[in-house]
Amino acid sequence: MSRLGLRRRLARLPGVRRAGRALGPLRAQAHELGALIAASWRRSLQLRVVVSTLALSSAVVLVLGLVLQSEIAERLLSSKMEAARAQADVSRVVLERELSGFDPDREGAQETLDLALQHLTNTDRSGAASSAVGEFRAALATEIGNGPVVSAGPIDEVTNEQRSELAPGMMSRQYHTVGGQTNLVIGQTIITPGRNLQFFLLFPLDGEQLTLYLVQSTLVVGGLVLLVLLAAIASLVTRQVVRPIREAADVAERFAGGHLDERMAVRGEDEVARLAESYNEMAGSLAAQIAQLEEFGALQRRFTSDVSHELRTPLTTVRMAADVLYASRDELLPALRRSSELLVTELDRFEELLADLLEISRLDAGVAELGAERIDLSAVVRRAADAVRGLASDAGTDLVLDLPDGELVEADPRRVERIVRNLVANAIDHGEGRPVEVTMAGDPASVAVVVRDHGVGLRPGEADLVFNRFWRAEESRARRSGGTGLGLSISIEDARLHGGWLQAWGEPGNGSAFRLTLPRLVGGHISASPLPLGPPAAADESGARGGRPGSSVPTPPRGVTSRREDGRAENPDPPFRGGSAPTREDAPLLPAERALIDPGGDR
Amino acid sequence: MKSRVLVVDDDPALAEMLTIVLRGEGFETAVVSDGTRALPAVRDTQPDVVLLDLMLPGMNGIDVCRAIRAESGVPIVMLTAKSDTVDVVLGLESGADDYVVKPFKPKELVARIRARVRRNEAEPAEQLAIGEIDIDVPAHQVTRDGKPIALTPLEFDLLVALARKPRQVFTREVLLEQVWGYRHAADTRLVNVHVQRLRSKVERDPERPEVVLTVRGVGYKAGPP
Repeated sequence: MSRLGLRRRLARLPGVRRAGRALGPLRAQAHELGALIAASWRRSLQLRVVVSTLALSSAVVLVLGLVLQSEIAERLLSSKMEAARAQADVSRVVLERELSGFDPDREGAQETLDLALQHLTNTDRSGAASSAVGEFRAALATEIGNGPVVSAGPIDEVTNEQRSELAPGMMSRQYHTVGGQTNLVIGQTIITPGRNLQFFLLFPLDGEQLTLYLVQSTLVVGGLVLLVLLAAIASLVTRQVVRPIREAADVAERFAGGHLDERMAVRGEDEVARLAESYNEMAGSLAAQIAQLEEFGALQRRFTSDVSHELRTPLTTVRMAADVLYASRDELLPALRRSSELLVTELDRFEELLADLLEISRLDAGVAELGAERIDLSAVVRRAADAVRGLASDAGTDLVLDLPDGELVEADPRRVERIVRNLVANAIDHGEGRPVEVTMAGDPASVAVVVRDHGVGLRPGEADLVFNRFWRAEESRARRSGGTGLGLSISIEDARLHGGWLQAWGEPGNGSAFRLTLPRLVGGHISASPLPLGPPAAADESGARGGRPGSSVPTPPRGVTSRREDGRAENPDPPFRGGSAPTREDAPLLPAERALIDPGGDR
Repeated sequence: MKSRVLVVDDDPALAEMLTIVLRGEGFETAVVSDGTRALPAVRDTQPDVVLLDLMLPGMNGIDVCRAIRAESGVPIVMLTAKSDTVDVVLGLESGADDYVVKPFKPKELVARIRARVRRNEAEPAEQLAIGEIDIDVPAHQVTRDGKPIALTPLEFDLLVALARKPRQVFTREVLLEQVWGYRHAADTRLVNVHVQRLRSKVERDPERPEVVLTVRGVGYKAGPP
């Protein structure tokens, strides 16, 4: 019988099967552990190292354990086999002597066999060989299919297969399990004058099984302990490497958070120390560059502030002098009178321009502060509308306000008022005397104000340009409010400062709309505006008038992606309805001049 | 009698122009061009209002403001080229009553000065009280348990405005109009800063005010009498 067959038999031994069953719950636990690991797999290098160490070493331990176990089992069985053979030889000699002249077909054959077996077992109980081979039982029977069977001993425990295969002069062996008891069965043929007898020795393998079981459990326990120890070692070792890395990550995070003095501690001269050194160098040069930039910023601010002061003081003097002249203009000659009037009005413009320039340079320098407080937006919008009511009545424009009360927003009232004032004044300028509608609505996340006029509107592409500094359409029309050309630029910066949107829409001949959307809370995020930007039925309207489809150009808040104060990357398309796609060649070239109203600075 | 205005400004052209305008409006003026000479000038001329430029050679306008406020309650109106929050608040906290941002219109300036001077004139005979604070309006005396508390005219006006209508909540805008004389909406920081200054003088514990109470989201009101 081959070695392979032996092993297969061994695997059928109950001990091995039991060990297999014991691995079941362990595997379930490993599964649960796996779920846990998956959760934090990507987050912990330590875990990853420990788990892979565990996985690899359990494979090694498993293979090692299996090899060891089969090796031990084989050794056990082969020594048993040796002893069994020796015993079988001895027993055969004894029996051949006993049964020489035995004929199974004679009367009393049964008794003779019983007697011979008894004799055999008795002899060997006291024999020297029995100590090596241990307990055994013997059975005798005539060959199968050769006359009536005469047998003695536990011949039932021998398989028919073995009995029929057994030939004279050879020794057969088989492992056979009956009633939970595995035996090594050795068969031989005993030549007698009559029919040949088959002689079997049955060696129980209880002892070997017990030993194997012990070895198995020792291996399992030893393997598990080894695995735990390995995991612990891996964890410890990894921690040695990971801890400095974690420290480095923490330091880098704090550094990124603005603590530019954060440095890693350099210990020893190993790789971690080198990492710390190069990190510290990097941090140092970054901090130096940031400091330099901050210095530049501070210089810029100083310069702005100095220019402001230096310009404003003489301007104040000129202003006062002009006003004194203007106050007594009735006493002056007509040319002088007109001059004093021009002087005063142009000084107004000059002041506005200066104030706007300073404001925009402050916004550019990032030093503009958001004086946010909780305000009722409708009150602020109403105030802004009141501020330009004079302008509206001069232009014969009706201001139609639709402002629901109680829309509370965290915003800078000064800036919001300036934005709305700019928008409304702009609408009056370009509304051609048609009513200007100011609408407000809110949703849980944001509040929007739309200023809509029905004037000349905007040509395709112009909605993108209206927020540019000093931008004016080529054909400038009546400018009632004057304006510095910076009003809408300041407004969009003000909106950005709030984390809000300012967008423009317009169609030639169909008017334009500007929408301001502010988040309810400072730092809040807007995903959609509560109000549509364009008219709900812009396309239908223009169709009804027999005009060609105009253009509706939504202006996403420029630069929202790059502004440092919000850090959000979204630049969502503003939801706007009704308008058709811009069709440049279709659009009639109507003037859409965007002279901008000055916000009057921040005084 | 004409009101006296002390102009503290280093720019000779502006100082001269201010003099012309203020004289034209019926004020007497004195000009000092150096911060260090401002305090002696206040002592000598006893002005009704000090017009103080914040950027001065010699001594910073903020320091001048503090020095004057340390020994006098004379109304101070700052002239500033900067409207940034920090500068304005710093000026107000150092004791200025009001501020005007350059470039200003003459009328605007005169209105601000008149508002401060006028406060020094109207004197109805009245006795008011908030909590333990007694206010003798004609005598400009504020006392706690008989001990006088030194208030500037503006702080006095603020306290009187609140004390006259004990149940009413004053918005910052209303106070700006009543105390500072602004007709249009102006900088509400004026109110905040001066309420803080007033509290530091009249409250036992300015952190837990009992005399000038904050009504969240609305404004201020007087404590229970």
